[in-house]
Amino acid sequence: MADTLLHVEGLRAGYGHSMILEDLSFSMGTEAVSIVGRNGMGKTTLCKTLMGMLVPTSGSITFDGTPIDGLPPEKIARHGIAYIPQGRRLFPSLSVDEHLQMFAKGTRGKRWTPEAVYELFPRLAERRGNGGAELSGGEQQMLAVGRALLLNAKLYLMDEPSEGLAPTIVDILIKAVHHLIEEDSAVLIVEQNLRAATSMAERQLVMVSGQIEHETTAAELRDDAALQKQYLGVDA
Amino acid sequence: MTDTTQAGASKIKLGLFDMTPRQVVLMRRVPVVVVSVLVGFAAIWVLFLADRSWTTDTSAGSAIAEPGEFLVTFLDGLTFAGLLFVVASGFTLIFGLMRTVNMAHGAFFLFAAYIAISVQQKMVGKSRNIESSDVSMLDWFVPLLVGATVAAVVGVLMQQFFLRWNQGQDLRQAIITIAVTVILADQMLFQYGGLAKTMTWPGDVVHFFEIFGQRYASSRLFMFAISLVVAVALWVWLNRTRMGMVIRAGVDDQEMVRALGINITLVFGITFFVGSFLAGMGGVMGASFSGVALGTDGQWLLNSLIVVIIGGLGSIKGAVAGSLLYGMVTAFSPAYLPSDYTFYSIIFTFVILAVVLAVRPNGLFGRTE
Repeated sequence: MADTLLHVEGLRAGYGHSMILEDLSFSMGTEAVSIVGRNGMGKTTLCKTLMGMLVPTSGSITFDGTPIDGLPPEKIARHGIAYIPQGRRLFPSLSVDEHLQMFAKGTRGKRWTPEAVYELFPRLAERRGNGGAELSGGEQQMLAVGRALLLNAKLYLMDEPSEGLAPTIVDILIKAVHHLIEEDSAVLIVEQNLRAATSMAERQLVMVSGQIEHETTAAELRDDAALQKQYLGVDA
Repeated sequence: MTDTTQAGASKIKLGLFDMTPRQVVLMRRVPVVVVSVLVGFAAIWVLFLADRSWTTDTSAGSAIAEPGEFLVTFLDGLTFAGLLFVVASGFTLIFGLMRTVNMAHGAFFLFAAYIAISVQQKMVGKSRNIESSDVSMLDWFVPLLVGATVAAVVGVLMQQFFLRWNQGQDLRQAIITIAVTVILADQMLFQYGGLAKTMTWPGDVVHFFEIFGQRYASSRLFMFAISLVVAVALWVWLNRTRMGMVIRAGVDDQEMVRALGINITLVFGITFFVGSFLAGMGGVMGASFSGVALGTDGQWLLNSLIVVIIGGLGSIKGAVAGSLLYGMVTAFSPAYLPSDYTFYSIIFTFVILAVVLAVRPNGLFGRTE
C-alpha cells in the first residue's frame, strides 16, 4: 500500500439515538478498495458520513493529511472526494449535457472535461439533450460517474454502482473503474454485488454491523463459499 | 364482464363512501368535467351572451358584438398579468430553491415603491403634482433601479441575518418574515404617511391610441414590455447560464449539489437578491400603474401567493400561467358580470384557486413530492 490517502479511526455515526456505525476503522492509499456487506450493515451510512452529509458523533476521518470530519459536504468535495451516490441522484430538471456543463468550470486543462467524459461514455454523447430522468438505468449511472469525474478528484466514492444494472452495463463500469486506477486515482466502492466488488478492486473489506470485520482479497473472497455465506449471505 | 372487472369489484373506502375501483376512477374525473363545463360556459357567455342593454346587463358587450371592448379587457388582463408575473416570479424563485415562503415579499414591493417615489421627486425637483411631461425616461428608470436595489439589499440582509440559521424550518421562517413585514410597515407609515402615493410614468410613454374605437393607454403596454424583458432575462438566466443550472439542480436535490462541491449558500444569497429585486421592481411598476398606500404590501403578498399556488410552487412556467389566469380573471369578471353582481368579481379569483387546486393539487406546473 502506498501512502495513506484516507484514514478512518473509531468512527461512530447514526440517526438520532440509533447508532449505525460502531467504532469503524480502516485506511487506504491511492488504490481501489471494495467494502462489501449485506443490506443494513451501514454501508450507505458510511458513505454519507465520509461526505459530511451525516456528522459523526465521534471518531476521526483524515483525508490527504487533513481532518475532514465535521466539515460540510461542499468543503469535503473540494478536498478531493467525488461522490457517486446510491440511486444515482441525478437532477430531473437538467439535461445530460447540463449535468456536465454545471461542473465544467475549472476543468479546462485537467484530465476530465465534459468532452473527455463523452469520450469515455459515447452513449452519453448520443443523449446529450435528453433529460436526466429519460435515461436508462445504465446511462443514468454513467452520467452519475461522469458528473463526479468532472471534480477531478483524488478519491471516487461509489455507493452501490451496480445496483439494478444489467451485467453488460456493469462491465462498462468495471472498465471505467480500472481506467481510473490506471490513471492514479483512488476508488472506494461500496457494494453488495460480489461480482462487481471483486472485479473492481483487489482489496476487499467486509462490513458487518457497522464495523469492518474482515479484510481479504478479491480472489480469496470469490473462491471462499463459506466466507461468502458467513458475511454476505450468499449461497454459492 | 371479464374476470378482471370481477376481481376489481372489491370495495375501496374513500372518505365516507365504499366504492368500487371503477367508481373511484369516475369520482376522480368529476372535477375535470366540472371545470370543462364552467370554462365552456364562461367562453360562450363572453363570446355571445353578454349584453349591455338586454337581460344580462353587463358592463361590456359580447365579444362578437363589441370586439373593441373585448380587446381592451383582454389587454387589461394581459398587462396586469405582466405586473403579477414580475412580482410572483421573485416569490416563486425564493420558494423554489430555499423553500422559504417569504412573507416579507409584499413589504419589499411597497418599500421599493416608496423609495422610488422619493427618488423621482428629488430628480424632478417637485414633491407634489408631478406631471408625466416633467418626467424623462431617466427620471423613471433610475428610481426603479434604486428602489429595487434597496429592496434586494434589505432582502439579502434579512436572509443572511435571520433566515440562514433556520434553513428548513418553515414555520420559523414564516414568523420571522411576518415580523419583518410588520416592522417595515410601521416604519413606512411613520416615514411616508397613510395617504396613497403615485409614481409618474415618463412623458414618452404616456399616449393614448385607438383600437376598434376604444382608447388605450400606451403606458400599460410599456409596463407589459418591461415584464416581457424580465421574463426573457429570467428564462435565459435559469436555462442558459451555469448558475441557472445550479439553481435548478438545487431545487431538485440540494444535498447532492453540495456533495458535488458547490457552495449553495452563495447561490441562496444571490437568489434572494434577485427575488427581492423583482419584488421591488414590481413595486415601482405597480406604484406607477395604480399607486401604493398602506396595505398595498399585504395585497401584493396575497397576489403573489395566489399566482404561485395556481401555477405551482417554485416553477417559473407556473408563474407565467398563474399570472395569465389570475390577470385575465381579474380583468374579465368585472367587465362581463351582470352589473348587479360586479361586487362579486373578487370572488372569482378564489374560484380559480379552488378549481385549480381541485384538479391539480400541486398547481398547474407544480411537482408532486
